[in-house]
Amino acid sequence: MSASIESLISKEYTAGFVTEVEADEVPKGLNEEIIAMISAKKHEPQWLLDWRLKAYRQWLKMAEPHWPNVQYAPIDYQALRYYSAPKSVKPKQSLDEVDPELLRTYEKLGIPLTEQKRLAGVAVDAIFDSVSVGTTMKAELEKVGVIFCSFGEAVEHHPELVRKYLGSVVPHSDNYFAALNSAVFSDGSFVYVPKGVRSPLELSTYFRINAAETGQFERTLIVADAGSYVSYLEGCTAPKRSENQLHAAVVELVALDHATIKYSTVQNWYAGDEHGVGGIYNFVTKRGKAMTNAKISWTQVETGSAITWKYPSVILQGDHSTGEFYSVAVASKRQQADTGTKMIHVGRHTKSNIVSKGISAGRGQNSYRGMVKVLPKAEGARNYTQCDSMLVGNQCGAHTFPYIEVDNKSATVEHEASTSKIGEDQIFYLKQRGLSAEQAVSMIVSGFCREVFKELPMEFALEAQQLLGITLEGSVG
Amino acid sequence: MATTTAEPTWVGTVRARGAAAFAATGFPTTRNEDWKYTPVTAIAEGGFAPAAQPPAHGVTAEALAPYLFGGEKPTVVFVNGRFDAALSNLATLPAGVSVRPLAEALREMPQALEPRLGAIAAEQPFTARNASLMQDGVVIHVAADVVVGRAIQVLFVADAGARGLELPVRNLVAAERHAKVTVVESFVGLTDAAYFTNAVTEVDVAAGATVTHLKVQREGSGAYHVAHVEAKQARDSHLVSFSFAVGGRLARTNVYTVLGGEGCGATLNGLYIGDGEQHLDHQTRIEHVAPNCYSREVYRGILDGAAHGVFNGKVYVHPEAQKTDGKQENHTLLLSERATIDTKPQLEIFADDVKCTHGATVGRLDQSSLFYMKSRGVGAELAKQLLLYAFAADVLETIEAEAVREGLEAQVLQRYTGGQ
Repeated sequence: MSASIESLISKEYTAGFVTEVEADEVPKGLNEEIIAMISAKKHEPQWLLDWRLKAYRQWLKMAEPHWPNVQYAPIDYQALRYYSAPKSVKPKQSLDEVDPELLRTYEKLGIPLTEQKRLAGVAVDAIFDSVSVGTTMKAELEKVGVIFCSFGEAVEHHPELVRKYLGSVVPHSDNYFAALNSAVFSDGSFVYVPKGVRSPLELSTYFRINAAETGQFERTLIVADAGSYVSYLEGCTAPKRSENQLHAAVVELVALDHATIKYSTVQNWYAGDEHGVGGIYNFVTKRGKAMTNAKISWTQVETGSAITWKYPSVILQGDHSTGEFYSVAVASKRQQADTGTKMIHVGRHTKSNIVSKGISAGRGQNSYRGMVKVLPKAEGARNYTQCDSMLVGNQCGAHTFPYIEVDNKSATVEHEASTSKIGEDQIFYLKQRGLSAEQAVSMIVSGFCREVFKELPMEFALEAQQLLGITLEGSVG
Repeated sequence: MATTTAEPTWVGTVRARGAAAFAATGFPTTRNEDWKYTPVTAIAEGGFAPAAQPPAHGVTAEALAPYLFGGEKPTVVFVNGRFDAALSNLATLPAGVSVRPLAEALREMPQALEPRLGAIAAEQPFTARNASLMQDGVVIHVAADVVVGRAIQVLFVADAGARGLELPVRNLVAAERHAKVTVVESFVGLTDAAYFTNAVTEVDVAAGATVTHLKVQREGSGAYHVAHVEAKQARDSHLVSFSFAVGGRLARTNVYTVLGGEGCGATLNGLYIGDGEQHLDHQTRIEHVAPNCYSREVYRGILDGAAHGVFNGKVYVHPEAQKTDGKQENHTLLLSERATIDTKPQLEIFADDVKCTHGATVGRLDQSSLFYMKSRGVGAELAKQLLLYAFAADVLETIEAEAVREGLEAQVLQRYTGGQ
């Protein structure tokens, strides 16, 4: 391994700065009082508080699951702070009023929050710790009737929609972390696309955990009404801290008849250092429900987090609905990733397509865990799964746990998986063509992930490729 | 506890360890990941227990004839779990090959058994239970450099006398350096009665040796069958395993192997054909411990009626096992509305310089192939039969032992074409 590669391995996490912003916080710990306090701070209606408490009581009865292929020290849920809001955001949010310190934070991150971004056609809802700090491009979206706002605003202005769809895909009792999120979620994004509308912009949210000893529990709800289309992007970063932070989000997608939702994530939470100190625990529940002829497509690039544990899923409820999952997951340093998808075929002639690319480097452990379930009524269901792993170095691991359950004879389910390494010979070949080792690795990995990157919106694809470069370069030698 | 007279004391230790392990876990539930899709409540609540004394039986050589390969007298026959000397034929064994019932082997060659018996099979609820209760089985020992030409056929037969019994079968196959042997382990049910076969076969493959283990499971329709085959491979050795499963009410077969030295190869193939309410489950585990080994695995299944098929294939590649080359495939055809399959191919890889792939498909007969055959004047029914046979024959033809291959092919052909 050359010296330049060595230096690249230890490439710094560039989003690891802390922003000094006064924060409005609740005390540490979790009990019904804290939940009531969060709810009161957000001026929530009684039904939502009741829903939170129902979730909390359910959560108390549940045990933290330990079946994933990851290891971590026990989490002390009473030592966490469940609400932390940048104080200066409290008044109404328009871009001009946002704390300049915050804007600088986003600038450092290169977030397209500013007006120039109108040209890029991106509307951004940036979530700083727990509260949404400003949503751009609102007017343009309002013209066509698209609602894109923070969850808090949605509760205030569109309670009927929130009440109808909240928990309809991920019930409050779904799993341990979803129940925890349902009890304490502080903000998130809400999107509603009316019947037959094609959202004129790519919607985008940026999440950032800033305050220490905080958990981030955002909740995203996207409803695409009949015949509509929306593409939604999500990006994540967090400062470098030596303690682990918990991120337990819930994302619910509802695609009504003939609607399409495309959900893309670039996740770059702080991954901890090479000794495994610090980093985000990313325990996320993401699920969509596709009605007749609807389509839900998940694309994710997971490069960050000390531990990633998420399975963006699609319930193919309606006939002829389609589910897609494209994923690149990287585990380097001491990262652990247990990720994959679930495709539940309920309706007739439903289709799903899964492409998963796992890259393990350093001492990373990468697991693909996926389920394809074809229920008895899912006549003519079709699934194709491809899941490839690449190993870089001999201290990492790649694991595949696909579950295929077929209860209908007319279903066709195919699963393919392969594992390979970046070869010395491949690198040598590219080097003798004049590329540096670093470029060679980057090129090989880009090629490996091409099928997934091409599903990402352009500006995200670029960011994703760079991120991948930063995470991986130098792991080869 | 079933004990044979004058057992060496170390056997008592093996039994006690098994009894303690089983007492700690009990029968597995579906919460146990290895048994997620196979509930064994019927076995747990069936009250099956080994017979203290072997019940009288009426099994004749004629009754066994359809279950033999090549029409020759079988090497060893066990009826309702006990060795039957009259039906067996131990006279014609080549030099260097010893085939003995377990009880006799424990008396005559304990030194060959002690390091192996109970030392190869993983401790799991059923293997532990088997260790504590084991009654009889076959012990096959092949001396170094001996190549056994003809397959050794071992038959486990159950008749009406097995009703309500647990048959704790324990086998051991040891091939010394550079030896080569083929063992056919057949389970045959001549009754519809409910009984429970709990079999464990340990295979010790010394350096450069090759063991071919063909398991043919044709239990009775009321039978519960749980079998565990586990091999330990030394360097440059080969294991060739085939598991054929058509019988039983509920049948589970584990095939495990540990490729413990460089240059090993393992081929694990299988075919399961289910109908009615049958539950047919296979779990395989291939553990690559040393570098430069390969493994190949193909399992195929055809499920009709309300049959439930399960396949779980694990491949582990340890950090030292560089240059591992692993391939695994599982293909299942579902023929009826109520037939179901749960399949879980699984790769766990800790080494970087490896080539591993797995694939799984579930579907019905290829409609375009059917159409092609019909357009060539082949009737729809015959076309379907031929395609089903071809699907099964694809994996059956990997069996090297001619008599076994032809016998099983004929059986499958008979099943799907009615012998036309």
